[in-house]
Amino acid sequence: MSALVEEPEVAEQSDVLAVRGLTVSVRDKVLVEDVDLTVGPGERVGLIGESGSGKSLTALSVLGLLPEDVHAKGSVRLAGIDHDLIGADERQLARIRGRDLAMVFQEPMTALNPTMRVGDQIAEAMLIHRTVPNRRAARTAATALLDRVQLPGVARAYPHQLSGGQRQRVVVAIALANDPALLICDEPTTALDVTVQAMVLDLILQGVAARESALLFITHDLAVVATICQRVLVMYGGRVVESGPVHEVFTNPRHRYTEGLLAASDLDSAAHRLPTIPGNVPAAGNFPTGCVFRTRCAHATDICTTTPPWTGSASSGFACHHPAPDLVALETRRSSREVADD
Amino acid sequence: MTEPAIQVTDLVRDYPRPRTSLLRASPPVHALRGVSLEVQEGERFGIVGESGCGKSTLLRIIAALDRATSGQVVVEGTDITRLPERRLRFLRENLQLVFQDPMSSLDPRMRVRDIIAEPLVVQGHPASGERVRELLDAVGLSADAGDRYPHQFSGGQRQRISIARALAPRPRILIADEPVSALDVSVRAQVLNLISDLVDELNLTLIFVSHDLSVVKHVCSRVAVMNAGQIVETGPTADVYAAPTHPYTRRLVSAIPTLQRALSGATTTDLVKGVLST
Amino acid sequence: MNDEGGSVSRGAESALGVPASDPAGRLDGPAVRRTAGRRLNPSLVVGGIIVLVIVLTALVSFVWTPYDATLVDPAVRLAKPSWSHWFGTDKFGRDLLSQIMVGSRTTLFVGLVAVGVAAVIGVPLGILAAMTRRWSSELIMRANDLLLAFPALLLAIMFGAVFGASTLTAMVAIGIATVPSFARVIRSGALQVMRTEYVLAARAAGRRPFPIALRHVLPNVTSLITVQASVSFAIAVLAEAALSFLGYGTPPPTPSWGRMLQESQEFLFSAPRLAVFPGVAIAIAVLGFNLLGDGLRDRFDPKLEDRR
Repeated sequence: MSALVEEPEVAEQSDVLAVRGLTVSVRDKVLVEDVDLTVGPGERVGLIGESGSGKSLTALSVLGLLPEDVHAKGSVRLAGIDHDLIGADERQLARIRGRDLAMVFQEPMTALNPTMRVGDQIAEAMLIHRTVPNRRAARTAATALLDRVQLPGVARAYPHQLSGGQRQRVVVAIALANDPALLICDEPTTALDVTVQAMVLDLILQGVAARESALLFITHDLAVVATICQRVLVMYGGRVVESGPVHEVFTNPRHRYTEGLLAASDLDSAAHRLPTIPGNVPAAGNFPTGCVFRTRCAHATDICTTTPPWTGSASSGFACHHPAPDLVALETRRSSREVADD
Repeated sequence: MTEPAIQVTDLVRDYPRPRTSLLRASPPVHALRGVSLEVQEGERFGIVGESGCGKSTLLRIIAALDRATSGQVVVEGTDITRLPERRLRFLRENLQLVFQDPMSSLDPRMRVRDIIAEPLVVQGHPASGERVRELLDAVGLSADAGDRYPHQFSGGQRQRISIARALAPRPRILIADEPVSALDVSVRAQVLNLISDLVDELNLTLIFVSHDLSVVKHVCSRVAVMNAGQIVETGPTADVYAAPTHPYTRRLVSAIPTLQRALSGATTTDLVKGVLST
Repeated sequence: MNDEGGSVSRGAESALGVPASDPAGRLDGPAVRRTAGRRLNPSLVVGGIIVLVIVLTALVSFVWTPYDATLVDPAVRLAKPSWSHWFGTDKFGRDLLSQIMVGSRTTLFVGLVAVGVAAVIGVPLGILAAMTRRWSSELIMRANDLLLAFPALLLAIMFGAVFGASTLTAMVAIGIATVPSFARVIRSGALQVMRTEYVLAARAAGRRPFPIALRHVLPNVTSLITVQASVSFAIAVLAEAALSFLGYGTPPPTPSWGRMLQESQEFLFSAPRLAVFPGVAIAIAVLGFNLLGDGLRDRFDPKLEDRR
């Protein structure tokens, strides 16, 4: 981290990752628009959204792994790296990926090389970036890592000999091998059974906690985000519509989309019929102009054809012309009035 | 008490595994190892289990799309286990399915109206445009949807088309295999409501299969929990959810992250604790 | 996504219209992929134009050729290319350009017969193999392998010896020899269709196997059939040329590119153009159909498009 001192231009010292004004487009279609996102050291941030929300594209932009004809604009800075990740060439990115910035994808079945023993794959992750002195040390470290993800004695196994959950744990071990400053997980447990999911999530959390790594966790599952993250960003139609501390966003949602999403996913309430958000999620790039949610929003008016301004601070706020009432503020006001009445 | 809509007794299904040794035949895969259950008429019955537990095999045998190795399936008083295809007409009319994957459940080369009319045509009913419009309307799609192709619809809409097709022959039993697992959260609620409404309106018997206990809990009154080809626990959904008796069910229930629990401070360690302690 | 089976499984996925998408792709991918797929790829355009030119040439040759292609004119034997004979003439004084134009009819006829025979037998066999139970499916595929192991040209020569050398017998033989490749590709595509839930839904509604094959399986493997057909077309054109060259193909005097090549042999050094013109025509035709096949495959398979 000494680079930070020498290079004052590097992302603000407090942030591991700072994304500014990220816009991703494919030819004439804008898929992600003006996304700001910061992750502090050791912070666990969730990025939730449905299909077409642009959450995965946001992650891929950070990693520089966008498909060929998809382009990103804006700025992505990583602590300790003296250049912007957007526009960086493949050699520069390759040096960062797997060392400062690690990733876990959804599909454990294709993430490993089927012709290599899993221990060697973990060892290789370290040898590539020369974070260990030699092959023997890498092997030892790999075995230790496998023990840490509760897979003792599988170093000599091939991927096909492992179950989906076990493979995903190997992928987590590879991602954590070089003690990355930031771990990005894109739906890492969606393909897994719930009991396996619980274990993988726990291992990811323990892993980042032990290394003081920051975590950017991308999922469509509100409950998972609520369980593992401290802060959350809600994406819809390629934009961040609301962000803030998990507890605040999930108990006191301000954007109408967040509000609707929470209500629609509340299966535990006794009511037979669920509250719904009308309509369908448009295909990526086909969201309305102005407020991206206005075509499905019960509160939309003419003003919603203009892009709603961001209300609140950079780390906590929302972009809605007709926000849901602030329950916390109401509560405070009511209690203060009661006090006054007394 | 009237006879149950579906009665499954001691159902076993073994699949042969390809030989890996010249000397010994490979042991078969036991997909179902003695499953018994009863679904009453008009009941909403849930089946919960993780991947590979045998729930899909069970459904296919109940729908006579697969054969049991041994055991018996009785649907509305008729033993279907050994019936040849030509004598299954009553089942084809009275029992319909909705599948999980909205991408693969509709033939991409057929217009929506032909997809919905297919069961009618097959069973020799007049497939009038009227009936198709009625079905589209029942699932909340506009009449002009019939002229279009499946790829022009989103996942949730495709699932509605699937439901319309299942309802076309006016079945009495509806089997839904993970009907909402591939859908976005904001659309999932719509489809769950739709299934719920239609089951009430048409007095259907519903078998709802899911890996997600919270979804089953919302839809079904009774639930069977499956693990490794067996039913480990059956009971009223609320009871099974609130006080699971079988260790596997307990593990399953505690591993599900929920918003409520998370907001009241549950961590992944709590989720795993349930998994490991039992 | 599984990668077993290389090009076969890739082609098979295209049959379903949608790749068996991993949900990650589904969540953010569709727009990206769909727009990428809509672009015309160069091999499709170039292949399409070449094939179109050949078809037009054949059509024009019915109503007009510079000379009668079979007209023997001793006065202009082995003439060099000139304004009156653009490509020159052969040893009998027949106009080369006219022969090539009429020869394109033979080429197309050859392709159509061979591909027709292969498709009419191969497609039902492939679907049957995919839809039936173990032993009959095994039987079909093993018989298929047997035929695949038998050299196509040898089969054609045998047919020629038994039924007499003609374009038709040669091409029926080539068609039969390409049945296995059709059956194989169609079977893998049909297997994928059989695994879809819409086939399951049709079965649950009481549809019998034959209507399922007709209504669901066949329409969903048409893209595979198209691709396979254009590639087989190229193979057939080449085979006809080779057979005519060997004297087992199109008998004289019907013009055929392969036989023109054969007749040019004795003048290879004195008048190489006699070999060059039909040779180039064959090469271009084969290239055209192969490009068309490749182009169609890419167009039907969005995943492949992504990878390039």
